[in-house]
Amino acid sequence: MNASRQWLEAFLRRRLDSRDLAARLAMLGAPVDAIEPVGADLRTFVVGLVTAVRQHPDADKLRLTTVDDGSGTLFSVVCGAANVTAGRKYPFARLGTVMPDGMTIEKRKLRGEPSEGMLCSARELGLGEDHDGLLTLDTDAAPGTPLIDVLDVGDERLVIDVTPNRADLLGHKGVARELAASFGVPFRLPEIPGEVALDLPTPTRFGDEAPVGGIRLAIDDRDGCGRFLAAVIRGVSVGASPEWLRRRLVSAGVRSINNVVDATNYIMLELNQPMHAYDAATLRGPSLIARSSRPGERLVTLDGVDRVVPDGTLVIADAERVIGIAGVMGGRDTEVTERTTDIMLECAWFSPVRVRRARRALDLATDAAQRFERGTDRWGAVDAFRRCLRLLVTVAGGALDGSSADCFPVPSHPPRIFLRPARVAQVLGIELAWQEIEKHLVAIGATVLSKPGDGRIAVDVPGWRPDLTAEIDLIEEVARVHGYDRFPTELRASRPGLRVDDAAWAAAGRLRLALAAHGLSEVITLPMVARAGSDAPRVLNPLSADHGLLRDTLLPSLVHEVEANWAMHTANIRLFEVGTGFAAGKHGALPTEALRVAFAVTGDRAPAHWTDGGKPAAWDRWDASGLFERLVDLAHPTAKVHVEGDRWIARLADGSVVGSCGACPADAPPWAAPLFGGEVTVGLDLRQRASFTPLPVFPSIARDLALLLDLSQASAGITGLLAERGRRHGLESVAVIDEYRGKGLPSGKRSITVRLVFRSADRTLTDSEVEQALGRLRTSLERELDVTVRST
Amino acid sequence: MLVSDPCGAPVTAPSDPESLDALRQRLAAVASLELAALDAEEIAVLGRKQGELTHLLKAMATLPLDEKKQRGAALNALKLEFDAAVAARRTELKHGAEARDAREVDLTMPGRATWTGTRHPVTVVMDEIVDIFRELGFVVALGPDIENEERNFGALNFPPDHPALDMHDTLYVDTAGADLPAGERLLLRTHTSPVQVRVMRAGPPPYRVVIPGLAYRNDPFDASHAPAFTQMEGLAVDEGISFVDLKATLSHFARRFFQSDAQVRFRPSYFPFTEPSAEMDVSCALCGGSGCAACKGSGWMEILGCGMVHENVLSNCGVDPERYTGFAFGMGPHRIAMLRYGLADIRLLYGGDMRFLAQFGALGQ
Repeated sequence: MNASRQWLEAFLRRRLDSRDLAARLAMLGAPVDAIEPVGADLRTFVVGLVTAVRQHPDADKLRLTTVDDGSGTLFSVVCGAANVTAGRKYPFARLGTVMPDGMTIEKRKLRGEPSEGMLCSARELGLGEDHDGLLTLDTDAAPGTPLIDVLDVGDERLVIDVTPNRADLLGHKGVARELAASFGVPFRLPEIPGEVALDLPTPTRFGDEAPVGGIRLAIDDRDGCGRFLAAVIRGVSVGASPEWLRRRLVSAGVRSINNVVDATNYIMLELNQPMHAYDAATLRGPSLIARSSRPGERLVTLDGVDRVVPDGTLVIADAERVIGIAGVMGGRDTEVTERTTDIMLECAWFSPVRVRRARRALDLATDAAQRFERGTDRWGAVDAFRRCLRLLVTVAGGALDGSSADCFPVPSHPPRIFLRPARVAQVLGIELAWQEIEKHLVAIGATVLSKPGDGRIAVDVPGWRPDLTAEIDLIEEVARVHGYDRFPTELRASRPGLRVDDAAWAAAGRLRLALAAHGLSEVITLPMVARAGSDAPRVLNPLSADHGLLRDTLLPSLVHEVEANWAMHTANIRLFEVGTGFAAGKHGALPTEALRVAFAVTGDRAPAHWTDGGKPAAWDRWDASGLFERLVDLAHPTAKVHVEGDRWIARLADGSVVGSCGACPADAPPWAAPLFGGEVTVGLDLRQRASFTPLPVFPSIARDLALLLDLSQASAGITGLLAERGRRHGLESVAVIDEYRGKGLPSGKRSITVRLVFRSADRTLTDSEVEQALGRLRTSLERELDVTVRST
Repeated sequence: MLVSDPCGAPVTAPSDPESLDALRQRLAAVASLELAALDAEEIAVLGRKQGELTHLLKAMATLPLDEKKQRGAALNALKLEFDAAVAARRTELKHGAEARDAREVDLTMPGRATWTGTRHPVTVVMDEIVDIFRELGFVVALGPDIENEERNFGALNFPPDHPALDMHDTLYVDTAGADLPAGERLLLRTHTSPVQVRVMRAGPPPYRVVIPGLAYRNDPFDASHAPAFTQMEGLAVDEGISFVDLKATLSHFARRFFQSDAQVRFRPSYFPFTEPSAEMDVSCALCGGSGCAACKGSGWMEILGCGMVHENVLSNCGVDPERYTGFAFGMGPHRIAMLRYGLADIRLLYGGDMRFLAQFGALGQ
């Protein structure tokens, strides 16, 4: 909503400061996004004094003028306006000035005579439609004075961010009401300059149908049109609006069109009641009907677009055709033009839901639709209608043909709501005297009907507040008018809830800390991707195909980020993400979600150090698998890691896969180090509390065994066997500590060294006990795995 | 008096006070010997075979008992002193050598570093927010990103065909094959508020939860929009919770999260699921409230939306609104991270540029 400060001043009968207004409105729930000086685009224009005028030698309609712009230089300017007079002042555009229509003023020759600037009409300045001649400035200001200081366009436009519940703030009157409450002063409607005295009886009440000025007015869709007012004015002269009216509209950001359209727009901006004027001569029947559209109906709207009207849309029609989308936009065929002499003025209450549906179906956002969608004041419509008629006759002439009609098939009153002061205290946490509650409600225009003898107050809400339908709505109004800043902020005791942190949150936090401690950096990538597995759920209406699927795994997003880093010539990349993986439901089941964690690493394993000559080792597969095993331990401790093909796979006891790790295919530059990545599904509630084992009392004995095995033989099988068989001999741990391939070994063989640590819980083991155990283990290796011991 | 030695060398009798005096002088000199001389002196005095003191001690065996006692005590004391002096001098010399070595090594050469991992700036913001609310008795609740219309809109008091829906451009999820009744259509939640519904439907009050998570909107991906972004909601419902508790709790949060002297203001606002509703602003940290580019000249920064949980929402979730009241709030960690770190383009927060991420340190302060 664009509000003119001067318009608000006219309501409140006092001078206002825009910044103060913005502060007050913010605290009333209507923040001001911007304060724009009206006419800011005129800043570059100055007052020009025409010192001489003579006829152009080669053109009857052009004159050669000399202009003083205060700079000390006199300019020759060719001018086409008949009213240019020596000794008078006009708006002057110097060379280089950009006109409101985007044209830049340049030095040029007109029929051979040089012109160094331009004298302007009101229309050229965007100040109105008057193009009869130059805008004469009746001012004492010296030449060169900025035009904006002279024109008294000194208005400001407040761009108010109105929340969807507040219909009333889309009109100046609604804003003025809020400000009046804030200032504690009364407000009333501004006078209409030069208002014509008009005998204007209250419109005659009808049901669904009424005759008005020889035209049939009818409601054929009560659901869509709750009230339908109309009048016929004959003998209007359509033309330019008076200056004050044009200014009001321009200040509120609306273009002036002609006096009839301007009058309806003025009422819309003032009272939040959109109106529409038809050229009465174009109505066939003649009639004006609010009804639902029928299949296949079309309409060329005011913007010149030929539209198919969706079936069931609330429309305005005459006897033969649709002539407007009710509450959204009128039709071109019945538009008021310069030739129009008789107009039919319509004022209605349209269903917000129906207008919203039409607006969305036609994708046609208009000022009127915005207002009807939020709900206009169906009871205040009569006053708005009468004011509009007065304004129309004042600015466009003409006379009412008979009395106006008011179709109100189901008369109603604004709702009555009961408010309990005790409930106010319960919700707001402060005790307010009922007189204070009453004062706040009266300030918003409500009528308070009873004293709280029975513990409640009856409140008739104003018609312009369709958002007030229940007690809680009034409680909010009480708090709002009382002022949120007047509530205390001391913390009071409260009962804690009985839940514990969601397990996924706790798990995600642990994983983030662990991976960051490992030197990796967290990313949060978009869950919507362009490509994913066949299980990925599809987004029905993505804005871009790049975001058409919900990812099933995280790793491809990390690989994508690695590639982006490579593109920036970053070689050392360590990324991880903790996020959701999605899977479409099978056989009509709903999609599922799982917390996942993924990592991708490439480049140097550690920052370069001078001891390694600036060439640190790169992340290799053993770094990757070690990180993966750590991650499986953290994320899914019940899973076991197996080697499958060239990847490490984490599986649960039932065989289901919960993670995998390996080299990642990627679009890598030639200089890039190998890329490794892994991903694990996070198992929740799997975490076990650490258990304490008493510290060992007796010393351990370590022995290294060098084993000879086939190149293809898995070391895991050997260490597994040793661990199992060694347990009864006091084997505490077994670890591979070296591998050797090459010279000195039989072909097809390799050697690994394992370190075995023995310890007993109840005595110091002797060498001979350990030797005996080693002998048994050696036999097991030879018999069961065909592995021989090279040395001990 | 001469005694015979097993090795045949004549030695001075242990009673010889001259030899003892000489040894005492040599003891005093130990403290200034260099390493080679120290080694030689140790052998000469304490050596197993040739050591002079060793000789004297061995020779004592031939003395009469009372003399043995007297001389033995003196000789043993002298031996202990000598041992100690040699050891002390050896330690002194060793430290001196180390100090000399250290002077030759350039200790200003860089140490061996490891990579510094980082948490995402949005994670850091979220964790800080959660920590503050945890102090106030809140715990973390989560819910799925894919929700149905009923929990995302209907239960939260969004009337069908209401202009409030325009604030939420919704992304729907394809459920081809699933036959879903009205209200059960699946969507990507447009806010984390459906989790409030889940929490309330899971059991009776009191509720005191914060709800971090992603929310989705059908927005373009540009400098100031993203189709998915984090939200942090909160919900507190119990008997006797009022608008005053809302203001107090969130003011406390604001001063803990921003600065202890930050100005906080609450402005009326509108959300379908709360009433009364408010926006909380905090005085701009950059200009202190005088107005700057970061706060668009207003001196205030919008931080969160909040309000008393709408009684229709409580009813829809099976909570008696006449008995229980409560407040809810929601804020955007992505947006707060942009404000805090001065980021002009939200897309940085969705990327993996190491040059960006590395700026947030291990603990991401």
